[in-house]
Amino acid sequence: MIIEGKVMKFGDKIDTDVIIPARYLKFTDPQYLAQHAMEPLDPEFYKKASSGVVIVAGKVFGMGSSREQAAIALKAAGVRAIIAESFARIFYRNAINNGLPVITLNDATKLIDEGEIVRINVETGEIEVNGRKYQGKGISGMALEILKSGGIMEYLKSEKF
Amino acid sequence: MPQTLTEKILSRASGKEVSPGDVIEAKTDIVAFHDLTGYHVIEVMEKAGIEKVFDKSKIVIAFDHLAPPPDVRSAEIQVMIRKFVKKMGLPNFHDINFGIMHEVLLEKYALPGQVIVAADSHTTTSGAVGAFAQGMGASDIAAAVITGKTWLVVPTPFKVELKGSPGKWITGKDVALKLLQEFKADYFNGMSIEVYVENPSTFPMDYRATVSNMGIEMNADALMFIPDEETKNYIKTMRGYEPALVTPDPGAKYADEYTIELSKLEPLVAVPYSVDNVKTVNEVEGKEVDQVFIGSCTNGRLSDIEIAAKILKDKKVKTRCIAIPASYEMFRRAMDLGYIETLVNAGCIVTYGTCGPCLGGHFGVAGPGETIVSTSNRNFRGRMGSNDSKVYLANPAVAAASALEGKITDPRSIA
Repeated sequence: MIIEGKVMKFGDKIDTDVIIPARYLKFTDPQYLAQHAMEPLDPEFYKKASSGVVIVAGKVFGMGSSREQAAIALKAAGVRAIIAESFARIFYRNAINNGLPVITLNDATKLIDEGEIVRINVETGEIEVNGRKYQGKGISGMALEILKSGGIMEYLKSEKF
Repeated sequence: MPQTLTEKILSRASGKEVSPGDVIEAKTDIVAFHDLTGYHVIEVMEKAGIEKVFDKSKIVIAFDHLAPPPDVRSAEIQVMIRKFVKKMGLPNFHDINFGIMHEVLLEKYALPGQVIVAADSHTTTSGAVGAFAQGMGASDIAAAVITGKTWLVVPTPFKVELKGSPGKWITGKDVALKLLQEFKADYFNGMSIEVYVENPSTFPMDYRATVSNMGIEMNADALMFIPDEETKNYIKTMRGYEPALVTPDPGAKYADEYTIELSKLEPLVAVPYSVDNVKTVNEVEGKEVDQVFIGSCTNGRLSDIEIAAKILKDKKVKTRCIAIPASYEMFRRAMDLGYIETLVNAGCIVTYGTCGPCLGGHFGVAGPGETIVSTSNRNFRGRMGSNDSKVYLANPAVAAASALEGKITDPRSIA
């Protein structure tokens, strides 16, 4: 699975209250949620991401709440993948369960700049940016199977679990 | 090989000896959800076309985030879940008059050695009695509701020792904030924290629940107190029976250890907009406060209400103050002991069993430019309402003292 996109960069500790504030959690419609993605940080995020982007961020991306709407909102807003220095466990699972690839790369925010075009091999974790190559941690094992199935429930229906 | 509590629980749940880093399928003893995540869980099940539960007696549902419903959509969500409960014949359903889900799990269901998963990040709270408890998203919980299983990566165990006894106005909150100050929000990612208490009776279940609750703020997979006499006494008092205790083997190996001398702690405050931006109360004293909130699944227990009542007795608050015991049981006990009357006489608004203001839901949403002192668990931007509001996290003594003075106040300076 190869993914390409223009980089939108964020710092450390991007939390779920920032990704999708609690007042929108009474709904699960992806298009509705997408319009409010990252709203506290940048109300224009939805427009900026709509052409398809890759988020590059620092430590514990997605920390905080279990709200699956965080992954749904980012994906629907146009985020094709997230490269972060580390992910919060619950968000990582929610992203996989919603078909949003998540790649771990040490020093990601130092190595990759805003606006660059990145090319990611989701399975091997190889990342290519402007001729530079980096080795991140791709998605493997059970998580990859769940991602490929289209989420835990699809995986469940295939009677593997 | 001698096993840590984490390894012991997950070995039992997966049916094989586990090591940190292993990806396992674990049997779940309790699967839970509340109103705000529950409708999403049911939606996922409906979309997948699988409407069955693995064991009716092991599903727990408690309404708390939208309780009582503040708008029509919230009421609609609750109607949908009540229908599901009825259709599936689920016995462990607690409607809006019962309490916050994590408190309900602690009071009635969680046991040492169990694996508990629920659709809410603060599920780590059940670690207070020594259960391996993780929060997950709606899809993962839907799968667990159906199969009674979940997949986990076995975390690396880390040991924390609590030595001595806490001083006046020091509670579990200060231990949680101390760990966040020392290790920051990313250190425990992929780890589980096992807490050993030197003097079990000086660090009661209320305090333990607060620390476990904020295990997710440390990004730990689980934060468990190693079960002891206090665990046994708590469950016996609340439920009338003595639980079997699951404990680590002597000589079990931890990645590292850290000791907190409880007597040396002072009241701590997490400053906006990060849970690990921790300062002593003296560093932030004097900051004017618009609203104080004492409650939530972090600090809505009897001892929290008791502390607030002691500080506010026969006095009047200078700022808006909202107090919410975490459950019907906590409210009733606080009422019997006169704490509710004390808080009401001091000018507080008191209700029971809702998450309400903690996540900016209702019953005290923060307005633009407002400063809130809260005993809850998160001070992220916009957490309690307006993106332009600021939340300071503190223990109930600091919160009550701040309500009394209208500004952030060290409780040791007034009582």
